[in-house]
Amino acid sequence: MDLPLDYATLRIIWWALMGVLLIGFTLTDGFDLGVAALLPFVARDDRERRMVINTIGATWEGNQVWFILGGGAIFAAWPFVYAVSFSGFYLAMFAVLAALILRPVGFKYRSKRPDRRWRSAWDWALFIGGFVPALVFGVAVGNVLQGVPFRFDSDLRVAYEGSFLGLFTPFTLVCGLLSVAMVVTHGAAWLTIKAEHGAVRDRARVIGSIAALASLALFAVGYLFVAFAGLGFRLDGAVNMAGPSNPLRAVAVAAPGAWLANYQAHRWMVLAPVLGFVGAALAFVGIRRGREWPAFAGSSLSALGIISTVGLSMFPFILPSSLDPRSSLTVWNASSSHLTLFVMLLMTVVFLPLILAYTAFVYKVLWGRSSVAALSSNPDLY
Amino acid sequence: MDMGVVELSRLQFALTAMYHFLFVPLTLGLSFLLVIMESIYVMTNRPIWRTITRFWATIFGVNFVLGVATGLTMEFEFGTNWAYYSHYVGDIFGAPLAIEGLMAFFLEATFIGLMFFGWEKLSKRGHLLVTFMVALGSNLSALWILVANGWMQNPVGAAFNPDTMRMEVTSFREVLFNPVAQAKFVHTVSAGYVTASVFVLGVSAILLLRGKWPAVARRSFAVASAFGLASALSVVVLGDESGYALTDNQKMKLAALEAMWETEPAPAGLTAFGIPSLAERRTHAEVKIPYVLGLIATRSLDKPVAGIFELVAVAETRVESGVQAYDALERLKVSPEDKAARGQFELHRRDLGYGLLLKRYVADPRKADPATIRKAAWDTVPNVPVMFWAFRAMAGIGFLQVAVFAAAFVLTALRRCQTRWILWTAVLIMPLPWIAAEAGWMLAELGRQPWAVEGVLPTFLGASSLTVAQLWTTIVGFTLLYGALAIVEVGLIIRTIKRGPYAHHEEPDAVTDDLRLAVAE
Repeated sequence: MDLPLDYATLRIIWWALMGVLLIGFTLTDGFDLGVAALLPFVARDDRERRMVINTIGATWEGNQVWFILGGGAIFAAWPFVYAVSFSGFYLAMFAVLAALILRPVGFKYRSKRPDRRWRSAWDWALFIGGFVPALVFGVAVGNVLQGVPFRFDSDLRVAYEGSFLGLFTPFTLVCGLLSVAMVVTHGAAWLTIKAEHGAVRDRARVIGSIAALASLALFAVGYLFVAFAGLGFRLDGAVNMAGPSNPLRAVAVAAPGAWLANYQAHRWMVLAPVLGFVGAALAFVGIRRGREWPAFAGSSLSALGIISTVGLSMFPFILPSSLDPRSSLTVWNASSSHLTLFVMLLMTVVFLPLILAYTAFVYKVLWGRSSVAALSSNPDLY
Repeated sequence: MDMGVVELSRLQFALTAMYHFLFVPLTLGLSFLLVIMESIYVMTNRPIWRTITRFWATIFGVNFVLGVATGLTMEFEFGTNWAYYSHYVGDIFGAPLAIEGLMAFFLEATFIGLMFFGWEKLSKRGHLLVTFMVALGSNLSALWILVANGWMQNPVGAAFNPDTMRMEVTSFREVLFNPVAQAKFVHTVSAGYVTASVFVLGVSAILLLRGKWPAVARRSFAVASAFGLASALSVVVLGDESGYALTDNQKMKLAALEAMWETEPAPAGLTAFGIPSLAERRTHAEVKIPYVLGLIATRSLDKPVAGIFELVAVAETRVESGVQAYDALERLKVSPEDKAARGQFELHRRDLGYGLLLKRYVADPRKADPATIRKAAWDTVPNVPVMFWAFRAMAGIGFLQVAVFAAAFVLTALRRCQTRWILWTAVLIMPLPWIAAEAGWMLAELGRQPWAVEGVLPTFLGASSLTVAQLWTTIVGFTLLYGALAIVEVGLIIRTIKRGPYAHHEEPDAVTDDLRLAVAE
């Protein structure tokens, strides 16, 4: 069948779209995760906590769909990646799911009963629902950068030979903490916009500015690991960018330091890590001075830069195998068929702008600061 | 494959999916009931209808979040527990899941916040539109999930690609307009509407029996009886059987749920009662209703309906042909350019899945003896007694619901909805739609066995390479988490109902809080 876009181009587009979804998730649901992780620390009594919850209460649900869509889109466009990563990180995925399951129920059920212990239990459930996914996502990305211990047999059945505890190494913990610092910064920036002026917002600013500094430091430490701790893979020999999606037909090798090679070949890519640093610095200044929009723009740009850095450093790798580099998944060998990529692109081109439009509409209708005073006058609030 | 891992993976999927589907049908139906109630409010402008809408919306919210929360598990469970399945059919199966997110779930989840928090911020019509978007989103969600599930039952529009060792899409149109998927969608959402109607009818009946908020309860009862009657009829009339003549597995499913061992000559009769025996491969004490099965299954009176023995014989020839396909594939793996192997593969490709059935007994299907082939062919028969009784439970409840809604509707029209026997009946049937829905899924999914995808991929090959210990960890984890949440949710729904349509959120009592602190110090 003749499709208007060739296979290699579609693969690059879908690689980029995977990044768009991940960044969309971090920029929207990221502040929900961050606010939930901040909840027990920035808000001390029930009214303050309700005020904080209501800064995201009406909109977090739509934001979470970025995560669900991310899962669905990876399944549709990169089935190998979906199969290998989710089954490989089996128990870590369970931890994320259990934590995320607590979130919708936490938001909805907390306010249903006045009992103090009931509410405090849900506060901690919400904290887990924010902190654990952020940490595990970061640790998972760290593992991907390190290479994951899996291999394919000739039926392309994957076998994973790592353990749950094996996921945690110094480098992956740095990545996990960076991810937490990122969403906490973003959550604090969101609270400077949406929470009323006062004690809660001030506490959020203190924690947020520390988190922004931590982002800067951890991102730098991450760079040192990538440069000097022997991370990296590269493809060897001829690459067929439009070849069949069969990981066993290309040859990849471990190549310490290779994650920096793309920046030498394409200078413009340095923009991504620079954005990561500059964004975090801007977030720090913005949050510290209580300047809402610089704070939020800073934390957003920082997340954008950091996530892009990971993707660009690894390109064309998506999921390298530390056990059998030959089994590594790349942009050229792990995608869906040409037709599926094309049809899914059409769907995305039609629906993504619609989604952005009605999401913007909903945010506009619900705009305004959350306040303690509003809690007693508006019975709809959580 | 470690069969322990396979069986536990199936157990976990069944548990999480059936649990998820406790909440989904209520969401599907209640969302449209909210649209109806709010439309009446917008048209009549009477505040009581606003109160009614908001009362049911509160309960909708409690239920909705658990549907969302448990749906997260479903979206990722294919990858975590069915990795080979995900690789093997992700090219087709992943697409509807992603489209569900793009087209349906974003719509539903973005507007639900506005539905709860936007009452004072939107015009009446504006808010009704928002409620409608939530209903539309949740029902479109069901459409795409059933397109995905329908493809597992009847895998059209796809072909195996030896270069990538997986199924790949050949026609999205065929996947989307799969007749099995269409029938399933209508049947499933109708079942959701019935579930919500039974729920609203039952709760209203409880309130009426206790004499509480009669103005709200009476009106809710009326809406539920009308909407419920229409949906109960649709769920029975637009049943799922229309697709049962399509494929070998669908025919087998029909034969199994009828416990029909021998081919039934035209005009085929329906077994109303019987005691199927797996060991003897026959059904005792059968009572048959003439003509009905032929009408349901073939929409005719002149076509026979194939029985289990005949279908197993067909399966046996397909297993033999599948061995040829497997042999060709093994040769293609070594040398992708081998023309003879490709020719042989093209000839037998549609039976490759049948060849893979042998992998349960032998590592290399080419080494299977005739006895093993016969055993694999008999594996294509699902669990007959479970199918037989699940179908009768589901269909029986379906007809009973039509009768109850018809009675409720007539009594409402005669302005006699306070008649005690109908109120008590409405309360007593409350668990039934859930039982019917779960029985329906057992029928669909157990009936699909031994296949994950009919004729393409046996279930036991689809599982991830996990360990039994990992699976027990998550099964126990999910059971504890889900169990606790179920208790909390039921408690909160009962609480919401008891507090009635005029309640608002409470503040924690500041005085008792201070006292408690003082005591603690």
